[in-house]
Amino acid sequence: MNEITNTRMNPGIDPSLSIWNWEIPIYLFLGGIVAGMMIISGYFLFKGRTKDVECSCFLVPFISFILLSFGMLALFLDLEHKAYVWRVYTTFKIKSPMSWGSWILILIYPILILNILIRIPDFLSKKLKFLKSISLKINSHPTAIKNIGLVSMIFGALLGIYTGVLLSSLGARPLWNNSTLWILFLLSGLSSAAAFVHLIAKSKYESHLLAKADNVFLSLELIVLVLFLIGLLTSTQVHISAAEFLISGNYAPLFWVFVIGLGIIIPLIIQLYAVNNKIKHQPVAPIMVIIGGLILRFVIVNAGQASHWFNAGMLK
Amino acid sequence: MARFGMVIDTKKCVGCMDCVVACKTENNVPEGFNRDWIVQDARGSFPTVNLEIRSERCNHCDNPPCVYCCPTGASHIHNLGGVVLVDHELCIGCKACIASCPYDARFVHPEGYVDKCTFCIHRVEEGLDPACVSVCPTYCMYFGDLEDPNSEVNKLLNSRKHHAVLPEAGTKPQIFYLE
Repeated sequence: MNEITNTRMNPGIDPSLSIWNWEIPIYLFLGGIVAGMMIISGYFLFKGRTKDVECSCFLVPFISFILLSFGMLALFLDLEHKAYVWRVYTTFKIKSPMSWGSWILILIYPILILNILIRIPDFLSKKLKFLKSISLKINSHPTAIKNIGLVSMIFGALLGIYTGVLLSSLGARPLWNNSTLWILFLLSGLSSAAAFVHLIAKSKYESHLLAKADNVFLSLELIVLVLFLIGLLTSTQVHISAAEFLISGNYAPLFWVFVIGLGIIIPLIIQLYAVNNKIKHQPVAPIMVIIGGLILRFVIVNAGQASHWFNAGMLK
Repeated sequence: MARFGMVIDTKKCVGCMDCVVACKTENNVPEGFNRDWIVQDARGSFPTVNLEIRSERCNHCDNPPCVYCCPTGASHIHNLGGVVLVDHELCIGCKACIASCPYDARFVHPEGYVDKCTFCIHRVEEGLDPACVSVCPTYCMYFGDLEDPNSEVNKLLNSRKHHAVLPEAGTKPQIFYLE
């Protein structure tokens, strides 16, 4: 028998950590999907798809801008000492993934604005006419557009990777302390982004291409999820207990049904039929992928907080 | 250079919580929160049961993940004795340090910044012991310089079997419990 009693009952800490509520999973999801959308639209720009007026690379940066701003708002709402938020930008801490992320987020905005300037949405160009001259200048240099695409892809990847590294660097939470987490979040961001762009794409070529790409991302995500669990299950007892939260513990129903089943396997099957022209492209599959990506963030953040060096075996 | 640490004799500790009360009084710790606490760790089965009572707090680790993950430098290592502190004016309340601590020693103060044990650095700078050590009725707590071979803490560690809490977490805790 090993019984531990503790007189501490600090709010948010005991009996199990619950410092991060809905704001952080929402932020990680929005950061991930924006990262994926930057990679996708950057790829289209790099491949010279701007010649096609229906290219989603014109609309996606604008939506990314809005989604990222909502994500930043969620992040801000999570802060407990809000008046001091500016302190993040008075220093750079090389060992802190959160410091890296804060600076990456600041650099993402000018890149998204450059993307938007390639073809400004009508309602903006009518109000802000000077933007049109900037847009004309960018469009007169095809290499500039290619470079914007390349930079978008690089910073999109950095943003997607950072959302995973942020959690995996917190070694006190065994579920997060896994080197595959950044790959999982990057792939989940890519699959959600491909699904989202697939939903809004006007061009049939893009719909088909994105459904195919999404199938690749979903398949890889499934493989990485398996590797993520194997990594935990073959590690120490606290890591095994952390994996059990997902496999058979409190988070198992959400994990198996919404993340694996409805979030990856079912939409993958539907989209495999669609890309092989056996059925028409269905909006239901991309919607399932997006919801699955969102629930994945909630499951990982909440189960990760519950996993602990002390109580991992007790809270199953 | 000094490296402050604490040695606690579990054979003397009775779990009276005087250390907890002293800390709350000295540091004005808000109601419902604790910078230090008592753990009772019972192992074995009757009649061969071993009960260890520990007065726990921030371990002021030598390899502090809370300091590394802090995006503003609010969590830092003090130049006196390697004590891990939080600068309230720099803390944004992101809570990464709380998530990074395997001891769950930190909490969000009602005023928004992250708070934790400071080893009563304001007292130590004046040559006094931390409040918890100074009030212990069984004299089970010792505070001192772990780098000084003649300090009482070092002599105890050299003469008695001891352990830290969760050394496997890799943070190099600086509080040791005599067995």
